[in-house]
Amino acid sequence: MTSVLRVIEPGLLTTIQDLGRPAAIAAGVPPGGAMDRFAHRAANLLAGNSPHDATLECTMNGAQLVAEAPCLVAITGADFQPRINGAAAPTWTSMFLGRGDRLSFDGRRTGARAYIAVGGGFEGDRWLGSRSTSLIAARGGMHGRPLAKGDELSLAAERSAPAVAGRHLPPGLRPAYSGHALHAMPGPHVRRLDAESRKLLFAAEFAVSREADRMGYRLEGHRLATSGDELLSFGLVAGAVQVPRSGQPILLMADHQTAGGYPVVAVVISASMPIAAQLAPGDAVRFIQATAAEASRRRLTLSSALATLSAP
Amino acid sequence: MPPPRSIQKARIHPLGDTALLAELGSRLDTALNTRAIGLAAALRKRRDVRQAVAGYSSVTVHFDPDQATHESLGAAIKRLAAKRPKMAVPGRLHRIPVVYDGPDLDDVARAVGLSVEAVVEAHTRPIYRVFLVGFVPGWAYLGPLPEELELPRRHVPRTRVPAGSVAIAARQTGIYPLPVPGGWHLIGRSSVKLFLPDSDPPCLFRAGDRVKFFSARRAP
Repeated sequence: MTSVLRVIEPGLLTTIQDLGRPAAIAAGVPPGGAMDRFAHRAANLLAGNSPHDATLECTMNGAQLVAEAPCLVAITGADFQPRINGAAAPTWTSMFLGRGDRLSFDGRRTGARAYIAVGGGFEGDRWLGSRSTSLIAARGGMHGRPLAKGDELSLAAERSAPAVAGRHLPPGLRPAYSGHALHAMPGPHVRRLDAESRKLLFAAEFAVSREADRMGYRLEGHRLATSGDELLSFGLVAGAVQVPRSGQPILLMADHQTAGGYPVVAVVISASMPIAAQLAPGDAVRFIQATAAEASRRRLTLSSALATLSAP
Repeated sequence: MPPPRSIQKARIHPLGDTALLAELGSRLDTALNTRAIGLAAALRKRRDVRQAVAGYSSVTVHFDPDQATHESLGAAIKRLAAKRPKMAVPGRLHRIPVVYDGPDLDDVARAVGLSVEAVVEAHTRPIYRVFLVGFVPGWAYLGPLPEELELPRRHVPRTRVPAGSVAIAARQTGIYPLPVPGGWHLIGRSSVKLFLPDSDPPCLFRAGDRVKFFSARRAP
């Protein structure tokens, strides 16, 4: 298919992502997909797509793109201050780009990952049922690698939904990205923490270290002490807070290892994962203990917000 | 007469709001692992289950929170786990040539008090079981390793282990499919491709398969 957008500058790390390949975890392949599923879905819905279409995930700064054909785009997630032909452009809003229009970003104001959707969805290599870029496997998306200068991006499909510019998600319906508080349920091995560490887990403020990527974030500020025999390896999930022997917790994210044997002392609820996805190195983060009922309430809040964007 | 097989009680732990961990036991045990693999296969057939992955002696279940709760699925798992397991189908047998010249081979021999030849003999003796596939694409946890080779992991993990490294730690052995960080002892290398990105599933070994290593000469 012909190109719709061309990459002038790729930014720090821009990859093609969709909702990942959850079935592949049985083969040891990370599930992958957009780190912030809420922003990814919202961008797609604003652009008239299905939530399963692929978007661009820009990390810490934006990509510079030029439209090679008229298209409808939407930018969600982190606020990197988008501009169209130099003029400030809104986030969480569908917008038309004409041929030759240039999309750029001024710089990061809040968050860590912005999502760009295009009406019709981005084309990309499909691997194990998903267009998501897997950097460790060098498969999917743009031939398994981040976008590079000069890449031509094409549409996965001709648009079917009518293109409507100016639709937006009101600020009140967006996740509270500035909060840096993650709701989490106690994990299967929380009792392996000593009393002091158990208190710290749900009370102390941690910081995201420089070792933070799509696989996970190493947290610093406090060490958590665990005891007990080495565990036999078991299947892991995104959101799991693992405590290796060093005591420095690791929060697993979209490209997490699929199995491991460190104690899992907490698991961030699905409704808080979009907030986790927007954390950058140096950010403070706290865990707030949540119940399954509360997790389900918060999940519903997010899905009702997205429902307001679904095509009538 | 063999003792009657005890009914395994599954312990259910939430893993956040969309997954749970069902523990069948805490021993490195072929029978437990067979039950875990069987339970995962049975769970994958359910409409409310998105994916079920067997660990050594547990199953991690990802579920649709609009269709199931920890309680509803937990009850179903306990019913399934109490059933007499089906006769396990023996997995495929892989024969893997290994050049035993790893950077840790001499240290391992010293640490366990054996000659290098005896370490190689011990490592090539068993038919290992693939207990689970995971960690990184293509990695398989194999075991049990003969007791005389049992060592804790390295104090300081390597930041990058070359692909193809054959390694041991505790009662386990495995082959690094990709260059990744690792804390196991490297005793040899193999040229077999474990991560097969253009196949589905994209890995050579599957849970329940059997693996036999044999010592190969250095390539001429």
